[in-house]
Amino acid sequence: MNEMAVPIALQRAAGPAAPLKVLRERGQHEVFCGLTGIVWLHRKLQDAFFLVVGSRTCAHLIQSAAGVMIFAEPRFGTAILGERDLAGLADANDELDRICTQLIERRPEIKTLFLVGSCPSEVIKLDLGKAAERLSARFLPQVRVLSYSGSGIETTFTQGEDNALLSLVPILPGSDARQLLVVGCLPDVVEDQFRRTFDALGIGPVHFLPGRRAASLPPVGANTDLLLAQSFNGATVRALVARGARIVPAPYPIGAEGTSAWFGAACAAWSVPEAARDAVLAPLAERARRSLARHREWLAGKRLFMLPDSQMEIPIARFLHRELGMELVEVGTPYLDRMMVEAELPLLPEGVTLSEGQDVERQLDRLRAARPDLTICGLGLANPLEADGFATKWSIELVFTPIHGYEQAADLADVCARPLRRRAQLTV
Amino acid sequence: MQLTIWTYEGPPHVGAMRIASSMRDVHFVLHAPQGDTYADLLFTMIERYDHRPPVSYTTFQARDLGGETAGLAKRAVAEAYARFKPNLMLVGESCTAELLQDQPGTLSMTLGLPVPVVGLELNSFSKKENWGASETLYQMVRSVLSDRACVPAPAARKTPLVNILGPTALGFRCRDDIVEVDRLLEQLGIEVNAVVPLGASIDDLRRLPDASFNIDLYPEVSRPTAQWLQRSFGMPFTQTVPIGMNATRDFIAEVAALAGVDPRPVLGDEHPGQARLSSSQSRAPWYARSVDSTYLTGKSVFIFGDATHALAAARIATETMGFEVVGLGTYSRERARDVREAATALGLTALVSDDYLEVEQAVAAAQPELVLGTQMERHIAKRMGIPCAVISTPMHVQDVPARYSPVMGFEGANVLFDSWVQPLMMGLEEHLLQMFRDDFEFHDAAPASHLPATGRPAARAQTPAEPATAAPAAAFATAANDTLAVAAVAPAGAALQEGTPGWTDEGERELRKIPFFVRGKARRNTERFAAERGVSPITVETLYEAKAHFGR
Repeated sequence: MNEMAVPIALQRAAGPAAPLKVLRERGQHEVFCGLTGIVWLHRKLQDAFFLVVGSRTCAHLIQSAAGVMIFAEPRFGTAILGERDLAGLADANDELDRICTQLIERRPEIKTLFLVGSCPSEVIKLDLGKAAERLSARFLPQVRVLSYSGSGIETTFTQGEDNALLSLVPILPGSDARQLLVVGCLPDVVEDQFRRTFDALGIGPVHFLPGRRAASLPPVGANTDLLLAQSFNGATVRALVARGARIVPAPYPIGAEGTSAWFGAACAAWSVPEAARDAVLAPLAERARRSLARHREWLAGKRLFMLPDSQMEIPIARFLHRELGMELVEVGTPYLDRMMVEAELPLLPEGVTLSEGQDVERQLDRLRAARPDLTICGLGLANPLEADGFATKWSIELVFTPIHGYEQAADLADVCARPLRRRAQLTV
Repeated sequence: MQLTIWTYEGPPHVGAMRIASSMRDVHFVLHAPQGDTYADLLFTMIERYDHRPPVSYTTFQARDLGGETAGLAKRAVAEAYARFKPNLMLVGESCTAELLQDQPGTLSMTLGLPVPVVGLELNSFSKKENWGASETLYQMVRSVLSDRACVPAPAARKTPLVNILGPTALGFRCRDDIVEVDRLLEQLGIEVNAVVPLGASIDDLRRLPDASFNIDLYPEVSRPTAQWLQRSFGMPFTQTVPIGMNATRDFIAEVAALAGVDPRPVLGDEHPGQARLSSSQSRAPWYARSVDSTYLTGKSVFIFGDATHALAAARIATETMGFEVVGLGTYSRERARDVREAATALGLTALVSDDYLEVEQAVAAAQPELVLGTQMERHIAKRMGIPCAVISTPMHVQDVPARYSPVMGFEGANVLFDSWVQPLMMGLEEHLLQMFRDDFEFHDAAPASHLPATGRPAARAQTPAEPATAAPAAAFATAANDTLAVAAVAPAGAALQEGTPGWTDEGERELRKIPFFVRGKARRNTERFAAERGVSPITVETLYEAKAHFGR
């Protein structure tokens, strides 16, 4: 109970990193494309509209992934390409201008318009970057038009967020002031908790990318420290580094230990005295650990199989293994960006199977052979696996609900323990 | 390019998936990029499938675009066959793959698989989900029957044989409709040869021409197949879809005539026009005639859905429920003509659109008291505080109930009666609300006890906060209710405008005596009446002049 979780201690406990076994797979990917990120990005960026330039499939995907259709006129939509648009590109550009003009007239509160590329727009080589420049020139200062790709041929699920944030990097104001920039979209409640903790630690100014409005952008420069909140924003982080910022290496703030290590890394970079650090973090970590205890009863010793989905699999697996005692059978991830998980990989147990990419049929063969106690997978697979006798947790909940930070550690554990508790309770 | 917020139908390949998923021994390979697997969750989550839909995806990536994609598709077909051993393979493309022009269907023919391979051309950039389903069913049936010569008329059988065409996975209540239709056929002494595609095998498709005619149960999906079977094998098909009391009776008569059997074993016990519980197998006709249902008279209803369900709903609304249809529309452009005709017969202009915002505007303008629509209209109605029942896809997981709940046949008529009336305020409760409306527990702001707190009658939304009025005016309110409720459904679109005449205090007080659920409409109609005649301010007299005008 007394382990003070600072990153140095954490890495020592793990010992030297063993060579990692990575199974690379190619085949059917049962993973969303990057367009799906719009579901949470548009909630976070309250002055932004996301216009997918794509097909009916794109529109149907987003509304199916969102699951609910509660907003009359949500701040996202799809410009559906028709046969006329495919006939000639000039026509498609005119059409896009017409739709954007119509949209901006209709939604005067929109300050940033993201043109989001899709598989069809990439294949017909519709240049949305140029279109964004052209439209920005017309609509600034009222509306800034940006573009990024969420296409399935180039991006997986959470990479959509990476590309969206990447499109903001060139327009971030420059500043050489010493500051901390937290990179990755976080729910407001988590952002507020983190701000309070940074304040208590005396670290500041702290900015978040993205903030709550796309129009109010955090500055970046030579004295900017980057603390990464999501493990899938590799391209954005590299672009920020290119603007002079430097990465504060840390595990992700998942679980009590991960959150302590994350804040601990910031404290080290900002020379916060150990006593001051522990005075703030120790009670929070202790409370989080206490709340994990009852979930540990359900999860300890249970065998976990994770199918690739959100790209957060490695930090989540680390948490479920180290803090809740789960055994890791296979940890699947859509792709492995080693720079982004440098501090995480040494924390995984030796001999764990990491798989990158997917051939879903072969992976399900392995899963059936391994008979895990809990499988984390997408919604398309969850019910069929349940019917085959496997307890499952659908992974999209790990993306759409707050899981970061001390106060959410137990929520994340609960989400994983609930399928097991439920199975134990039901007798039908 | 068309700006779309929400879509009623998915792309055509989702329709193809619905056909493949309906069948027992078919596998579908979809040439598609990463992300298109989202469609699996429609089946596993909305319809709670306990198995994966029989669909494999090629998942091509940007780096494959140089020319690898065709090979990838071919390999995927070979692997899917080896793993799943289906009796027929469907091969199709999602929108992006269509642009690549790999022609995976043609390529797959060269694999020499021992089962039929049907290549689909799904026209992703011009067609939609239901078209995709109907095209896939048609191509599959044609392919299976391609070597079957036109058979002579089936030998005389003791019991006539019939096929049921059209029910699919992710169709509206198809699972239960089949059971209900089967029950009707059994009562008529007609045997079902095959139900296609839901639950069917390739063998069932082969046997299709053994039947003497087809029941075209869901024309959006099965009409082209029924037409082709008619052309190729001389099999007639039904025109009536048995949704609602009268349509069910018509259906029985039509089916009996096609089968050459006597309809009397069923229709003999049906007595349209009689107000008795025993006048039908269904309770719906008697329930509709029960005095409690008089409060349904003239309720204004807005109907939107696929053409089959929208048309059926319009007929039920007028003939069984006694509603007034104030809006009728569909997103099924393929059947726009039928819906236009039905709307014209009701004195309306049909709304044929797949633009959600346009539908929302039409609902707002029509000011209905009930919306019968899809999952989309459920949200529209919820925001406007209008009761709503879902009658058509697209649907939500809650529209796939665990209990038996067909919409076809006699039991379907019961289900529809219940599910349309439930969202409305119960008749007796409406009276109680009027009588006790100034009671502290029964004030205007209290929603009906059986409705969720969010669902409130339409007029409430526009009603200003209600100060307690001294005089209980139950008698007046009851009288005013009927007339003003009728007045309220008169010409729509009377939105409050600039320059609307003001009200005298006395006029305003009188207005507040009108039951809250029609008050908003009474206000708007009176204001319109006054504005048109240049009357200002609005007095008690103006209010009653307007009432007399609209209640005529």
